[in-house]
Amino acid sequence: MKFFQRYAKNYGALIGLGILIVVAIVALAAPLLFPVSPWQSVGDPLLAPSEDPAFPLGTDMLGRDIAAGLAYGARVSLLIGLISTAVAVVIGVSIGALAGYYGGRIDDVLMRFTEFFQTIPAFAMAIVLVAIFNPSITSITLAIAIVSWPPVARLVRGEFLSLRSREFVQAAVVIGQSGPRIMFTQILPNVISPIIVTASLMVATAILTESSLSFLGLGDRNMMSWGFMIGAARTMLREAWWMSVFPGVAILLTVLAINLIGEGLNDAMNPHLRGRKD
Amino acid sequence: MKSLDFVFQRLLKAAFVVLGVVILNFLLVHMAPGDPASVLAGEAGAGDAKYIAQLRAQFGLDQPLYQQLWTYLRGALTGDLGFSYRNQLPVMTLILDRLPATLLLTGCAFVFSLVLGILLGVVAAYRRGSVTDSAVMTGALIFYATPLFWVALMAVLVFSLHLDWLPPFDMETIGGGYTGWARALDIGHHLILPTVTLGLFFTAIYTRLTRASMLEVMSLDFVKTARAKGVPQARIIRRHVLRNAILPVFTFASMQAGQLVGGAVLTETVFAWPGIGRLMFDALLQRDYPVLLGVFLVTAAVVVIVNLISDLLYRFVDPRIEAAS
Repeated sequence: MKFFQRYAKNYGALIGLGILIVVAIVALAAPLLFPVSPWQSVGDPLLAPSEDPAFPLGTDMLGRDIAAGLAYGARVSLLIGLISTAVAVVIGVSIGALAGYYGGRIDDVLMRFTEFFQTIPAFAMAIVLVAIFNPSITSITLAIAIVSWPPVARLVRGEFLSLRSREFVQAAVVIGQSGPRIMFTQILPNVISPIIVTASLMVATAILTESSLSFLGLGDRNMMSWGFMIGAARTMLREAWWMSVFPGVAILLTVLAINLIGEGLNDAMNPHLRGRKD
Repeated sequence: MKSLDFVFQRLLKAAFVVLGVVILNFLLVHMAPGDPASVLAGEAGAGDAKYIAQLRAQFGLDQPLYQQLWTYLRGALTGDLGFSYRNQLPVMTLILDRLPATLLLTGCAFVFSLVLGILLGVVAAYRRGSVTDSAVMTGALIFYATPLFWVALMAVLVFSLHLDWLPPFDMETIGGGYTGWARALDIGHHLILPTVTLGLFFTAIYTRLTRASMLEVMSLDFVKTARAKGVPQARIIRRHVLRNAILPVFTFASMQAGQLVGGAVLTETVFAWPGIGRLMFDALLQRDYPVLLGVFLVTAAVVVIVNLISDLLYRFVDPRIEAAS
């Protein structure tokens, strides 16, 4: 309760949570709201918004319902955003924990490896990965995870490095607990808050990356996504503004909401940092 | 002596990153589903059996893997990034041809976003809690969440299609026949929309960063001392706070080179800007993998060089760094 009270002090974070809940409900209810596939022509082509009350957001050049596309697109965005972040967090935590806990040569090698991934242009690498392994929901998710784990690894390593010499860790060593056990049951729980904050912001970035990839034509061919809709709207920019405007607004609102939530979590989980911010 | 050591160390590190990307490219070609030869040929060109056979011989695809890696490495390090079957040109030629346009665009976007971001951040920090502050920070929050390619499309929709102020595509007026200053002006005119759309996302980041950094420095004791001595507020901001607050912004900005290149792929795609980002998009459509991998390698190399230069500049600008090491 106390945690939510702290979180709720940040109005932006509350608004963000509200928007995200709406997006999540639409995503979950998409098949109920729009029983016909979003790929299916359901009306006349290029209906402007509210020209036909059945299609409040209009239709595209093939007569597909824009509103249905938005609802199904929300599923792809949230799914890829969440899963790719989860994978990135697992990779980042493992590498960061090993490097920070053991230090020395292991730390050196792992950190050089992390720096390498942090230096090379992430989006270009994601493009290459998805193109070579063919666009599918799996390849997109993995590509995003592969380019986004380094900040987690650095964060976790830093925390582990400073925590491993604390007394409670020394005590665990003395009573003979194994390395992995100490890492996961003693140290990791102390690092959870900053990981959650970082991860929430990574979900937003992942959604932006996914939409950029599918805008370039690197989306899963079987799933409607917001980026794909905007890509398809490019040639119709003059004739049908609604085809590109609505999916863009959907991405903007979702990413904004998640960023606001991330900031709210940061305030709520690290109250001692409060004084430094305004 | 210490400086020389440092330069040498950084050069070595940069070389390792480039080498790493070459090896990564090699591995990707071999891990890709299907025959490496047809990957190298590009799926659409794979029909030509003679060409495939030639590729096999060239890359020694029937030899052991380490030997193939060696062949590949030797090629890449001497500037041979393969041949684009689609364009009938060596990949390196294609890339070098397009690189200046991308450097122009990303360079302008970098300067634009850094100048505007710092300016807005300073104003927001100076007027902390005011309407101006909230407006600037809300704007930054929104542009930080907006997909770049969408901003680009909306800019075309509004400023080119509706208002007809700025050209929506290309780098020059086709058949314009401009030379000298007129040509530079024409390119400048075409440059505005891509620069601003690519730059706005980064402007948002730098604004937030500058504001936070300014506020942090403003709370330090030496600022209070200056204020107590009666130094005018504007002078405190300019001479005391900004000088100290700006360094973290520069550090962060210099690490954004890779992101900027990624953004360029999207911006160039929307504006048909003839740079390597557009080249990458065309290569995607044509499944021209040698070009795709070549662009990836060259962008990584450019990023490494930018990081190297900024690292070296840094020691020059901030003597504390040398003292600390």
